[in-house]
Amino acid sequence: MSTILGVPLPALFGQLLLGLINGSFYAILSLGLAIIFGLLNIINFTHGALYMMGAFVAWMLLNYAGIGYWPALILSPLIVGAFGVIIERLFISRLYNLDHLYGLLLTFGLALIIQGLFRNQYGVSGLPYGIPAELQGAQNLGFMFMPNYRGWVVIASLVVCLATWFVIEKTKLGAYLRAATENPTLVGAFGINVPRLITLTYGFGVALAAFAGVLAAPVYSVNPNMGADLIIVVFAVVVIGGMGSILGSVITGFGLGLVEGLTKVFYPEASATVIFIVMVIVLLVKPAGLFGRAA
Amino acid sequence: MRFKTLLLVTALAGLAAGAAQAQVSVKIGVLNDRSGLYSDLTGEGSVVAAKMAVEDFKAAEKGIKVDIISADHQNKPDVGSSIARQWYDQDGVDVIVDVPASSVGLAVAQVSREKSKVYLNSGSATSNLTGAQCSPFTVHWSYDTVALANGTGGALVKQGGDTWFFLTADYEFGHALERDTTAVIVKNGGKVIGSVKTPFPGTDFSSFLLQAQASKAKVIGLANAGGDTINSIKQAGEFGITQAGQTLAGLLVFINDVHALGLKTAQGLVLTSSFYWDLNDGTRAFSKRFGERAGGKMPSMVQAGVYASILHYLKAVEALKSKDSQQVMAKMKEMPTDDPLFGKGYIRADGRKIHDMYLFEVKKPEESKGAWDYYKLRATIPGDQAFRPLEGSPCPLVKS
Repeated sequence: MSTILGVPLPALFGQLLLGLINGSFYAILSLGLAIIFGLLNIINFTHGALYMMGAFVAWMLLNYAGIGYWPALILSPLIVGAFGVIIERLFISRLYNLDHLYGLLLTFGLALIIQGLFRNQYGVSGLPYGIPAELQGAQNLGFMFMPNYRGWVVIASLVVCLATWFVIEKTKLGAYLRAATENPTLVGAFGINVPRLITLTYGFGVALAAFAGVLAAPVYSVNPNMGADLIIVVFAVVVIGGMGSILGSVITGFGLGLVEGLTKVFYPEASATVIFIVMVIVLLVKPAGLFGRAA
Repeated sequence: MRFKTLLLVTALAGLAAGAAQAQVSVKIGVLNDRSGLYSDLTGEGSVVAAKMAVEDFKAAEKGIKVDIISADHQNKPDVGSSIARQWYDQDGVDVIVDVPASSVGLAVAQVSREKSKVYLNSGSATSNLTGAQCSPFTVHWSYDTVALANGTGGALVKQGGDTWFFLTADYEFGHALERDTTAVIVKNGGKVIGSVKTPFPGTDFSSFLLQAQASKAKVIGLANAGGDTINSIKQAGEFGITQAGQTLAGLLVFINDVHALGLKTAQGLVLTSSFYWDLNDGTRAFSKRFGERAGGKMPSMVQAGVYASILHYLKAVEALKSKDSQQVMAKMKEMPTDDPLFGKGYIRADGRKIHDMYLFEVKKPEESKGAWDYYKLRATIPGDQAFRPLEGSPCPLVKS
């Protein structure tokens, strides 16, 4: 059997595939962050907490209302997205004229509050959430045993990311959005309600986080800290991809998932830090990020 | 002049009142994880347990005034040791209890030794607390990595699980647990064929689990705890690792973990613990009262240890009518321990608290009669066999 650095090739394929799966979560989350930053200029630190809320809402729908995984995949992002709209209207909209730092502090504070509330109510050990019956079981791919659910995560994530990219880059709505970012006054003069556009954009970014949360619920532990553990990595992904770059965040998300997957094989101790090492290197060489436009 | 007299009189009156009650006042600091992955098995529940110990001991009636304060060490050794320093130096804390996360546990042991203060650890696992890094002021109460290794490790090797692969949390605790379990495996004729150090805390363990699967080891040893263990077990089920015939050994599984996993996922898991709420009348009565104050949760063995260790500490203070650390430590080691949660036991020269350990198996969903009815007892490991023997101990206190 052929090997690379002592690791058999089939095993390596398996690890790469796993990296891709983790990359799917990074991609959806960093996509939401990139959209919010690109269009609202807000560094949304609540993103991790909202991802966690997405998973919790799915759990609540199941346990309090008997609503299963598939409806939750739609309902939970809608509910959490609506919550995001309220946050934007009540708090964030007051900060658009101030420095980035204020938005960062506000969203960071909100994240701590949301996490604290869930922690008080549900504790940190996490809640069980099963894999939907349709996706149970696994395929034997020859080189690895691939759970159906993980395959679904990659597909769902790719579809959502591409659809989002398409809407923003190729449709009229997307054109309005991009125009409103460039010059809100002028776009407003054409009769487009810019504040509402911005609110809905934030709601959409938040809904993406909640969608990732529902996807994660069956495979990771549903607990109040699940977002906090992930958010720093996702921020690194956004920085590497280039703040605000939509395609950049998706490609970087999947790419760094692969890098992390490889590190787990060759030097597992570093797998939690490798993304930050990449970030440092990228910032040194290309300060605007891999896909960012220099400011 | 008149003011000065007044002051003097007040001061004397205060002194006299103190003397009349012959009060000893002690301040207990519960230092643990109050927000992170260990906060369910320690956290506020440990504070509840500490308060219950003080109430059950009827400290006030016995002339001991007890204050309890608490803080969050965030599982960071630097945070933990600076809180400990502040407590000892400025806040008048006499004894620190709990302290989960072995890295923090060892750091606080150092501070307590430096300040000559009693340290009752029930949260940490590392056997180094009573081994190479033992201290005359440390009592290690609930469990340790040697006991976990002897329990779960020993049982599985005897059942034929003679080749092992470890998933090890990459910090003091994981390393100690892997080392101590390896010793038990080798002693029983088994062999370790590989291990992987996983970053702590982690979320996705599937990659490491596949490496374990590829190793073809009969047993995959999880040298991790809390959320790490939960995710590992969940994902091992997902990737069909247990179905394919490998055994998963949770070397440190708390009842809160089983609760979070649900019996469907956790069934059949073998685990070692020094405490279970449904063990006997004493544990049931305590746990029922604990549950009423902790939102229906059952106590973990760490929280039980906080209760029992404070009870024993207060007994020593009562006997001595003093809280002098040296004397209290001597008294605690001299008096046998006896409490409703751990039964009869004693504290060894190295600070190790000795009591029986239990090997449990997690029930199948249909065997469980209600909420928190999770374990069935497979074996009782007598205290003198469960822990590291004193002969050959790396602790300098033992030789003297």
